[in-house]
Amino acid sequence: MMKKNKIISSLLAQTLVLTLGIGLTRIVQAEAPPSAEEMWKIIQQQQLVIEQLQSQILQNNQKVEEVAVTVEDAVEAVEVAQTSSGSTWADKTTVGGYGELHYNNLSDDNPSIGGDDSRDRVDFHRFVLYFSHSFTDSIRFFSEFELEHSLAGDDKPGEIELEQAWLELDINNQHHVRAGLDILPIGLVSFTHEPNTFYGVERNTVEAEIIPSTWWEAGIGLNGEVAPGWNYDLIAHSGLAIPTSGSSTLRPRSGRRKVAEFDDPGFATTGRLRYTGIPGLEVGISGQYQADASGKGDDIDLSATLLEGQVDYKHSSGFGLRALYARWDFDNTDQLGTSVNQDDLAGWYVEPAFRFAPGTIPGEIGLFARYSQYDARDGITGGNFVEYDSWVVGANWWPHNQVVFKFDYQNESADSPADTLRDGFNLGLGYQF
Amino acid sequence: MDKKIAKLVCLVLSATLCISVAAKGVYEEPAAFINRVFADDPPKPKKLWIKKEVKELINEILGHDLNVLRLRYWEKGGRTTWILEEIGRDQPITTGITVNDKKIEEMSVLIFRESRGWEIRYPFFTDQFRGVSIGDKKGLSDSIDGISGATLSVNAVSKLAQLALTLSQYVENKKQ
Repeated sequence: MMKKNKIISSLLAQTLVLTLGIGLTRIVQAEAPPSAEEMWKIIQQQQLVIEQLQSQILQNNQKVEEVAVTVEDAVEAVEVAQTSSGSTWADKTTVGGYGELHYNNLSDDNPSIGGDDSRDRVDFHRFVLYFSHSFTDSIRFFSEFELEHSLAGDDKPGEIELEQAWLELDINNQHHVRAGLDILPIGLVSFTHEPNTFYGVERNTVEAEIIPSTWWEAGIGLNGEVAPGWNYDLIAHSGLAIPTSGSSTLRPRSGRRKVAEFDDPGFATTGRLRYTGIPGLEVGISGQYQADASGKGDDIDLSATLLEGQVDYKHSSGFGLRALYARWDFDNTDQLGTSVNQDDLAGWYVEPAFRFAPGTIPGEIGLFARYSQYDARDGITGGNFVEYDSWVVGANWWPHNQVVFKFDYQNESADSPADTLRDGFNLGLGYQF
Repeated sequence: MDKKIAKLVCLVLSATLCISVAAKGVYEEPAAFINRVFADDPPKPKKLWIKKEVKELINEILGHDLNVLRLRYWEKGGRTTWILEEIGRDQPITTGITVNDKKIEEMSVLIFRESRGWEIRYPFFTDQFRGVSIGDKKGLSDSIDGISGATLSVNAVSKLAQLALTLSQYVENKKQ
């Protein structure tokens, strides 16, 4: 506005100077003062010039405003085309993933039982890609596609697995329905298993052997929150087909069928209640019941109940603590054809840690120790469950929050003879994007 | 037991049928946030054009561009308020952040679209940002306790807090 006033003032001044100049010239030329009639003509001419100039200024101002609007529209159009909240297929589809490479240097404490199980191995353990798509603001799809051990196929060590492929529909801001193939919400590592989110090169044995992580099934369920910080999951899903004979009898991990042409599945119900109302703290309990945990393909009604509790605390000072307890109880084990020395399996671990930024190198370092105790098959054909003890100590280095390098040392022992007891060190790297 | 499971499935399906109007995870509309922050008398938005030096600041904090040509912000009485978005795991999280005297006065999660980690919208998490400024190492002056299972969402809003502080300082410096 001030600029406009300046322009108008300048033009008026110029006009007056010009007009006065013309007038003076005429006065000098005439060498006599103009008559009133001549003065009136001069004033009328001046008025005409002023009006023409004012009109021109108004036209220029309108043009400037039109250009400003056009520029604004153009900028908005470019931004709409660029922003992530647009409506193209690409805007609604995201890709992510994680991966981890491991090196194990472990010696078998019991080479005389079941052969030497020492391990000197390098393995790209997991290469995972996520694909997600939002159909609308309230209907979305998420999937996790995994290649394990780098090479899959006949006589190859690896597998290609579909670990997640589910649809989620919002009922409202607090409650959601989810259906499809999904990881069961039990334990700490099963649900959040990216390598930069946990300590240790390999996932902890308690969650792998007892829960058994990573564990996914086909089902439908509800999840959401019942109060600030209180979350729940309730799912009906396909169940395990736990072996009832051989060296893996009653071993839950051997009962995962991974939703792959799973005939005659038993069905199960899983629920979880979790509290995260204090930053850094997670406390959760979960439970599962399956009426026929050996599947419907046999005549054995092996009912099974899994109960699990967990605590995960990360304080801003760097101190952290994880602890978990999980236990299976089986009924009707007397129907099994083979001898089983117990009808329950349990395991627990506690893992204190400290994470800090050293300053001398980029990123952060975390030091941890984990003590675990768990029941597992001894690996000897026809053998029993034994109780294992495991110590793992080590360090993670995160040069970036989503990139991690790991080192740990492990020591395993058991309360009775077991096939495999590995001691030694592991190295690993992992990433998530 | 299968009957119980059938009942549960029926319950879930009934809940599905109850889905009404699409819920976006909108906890507070950005316009409502601006009105609330400025006591129903908001100033006209200003525009910060994303020139080279601003783009570099954004890239340093977020690790990528914002894909906009300018950012709107609201300034009154020494306070600046920003509406900023960043992706957590796979969906953008919309926040409203007010900066006053180089410190965060308020941080609110306005729209949360991720399928997990919605706890970050509650005051028990966002209140941690009050009074936080830019620290010695360009990061936030105070550590922020995370939410288990929502690490990426926590990282995203922490970066946005840092960005709001940095941009507020930038526009302040430009006046001098």
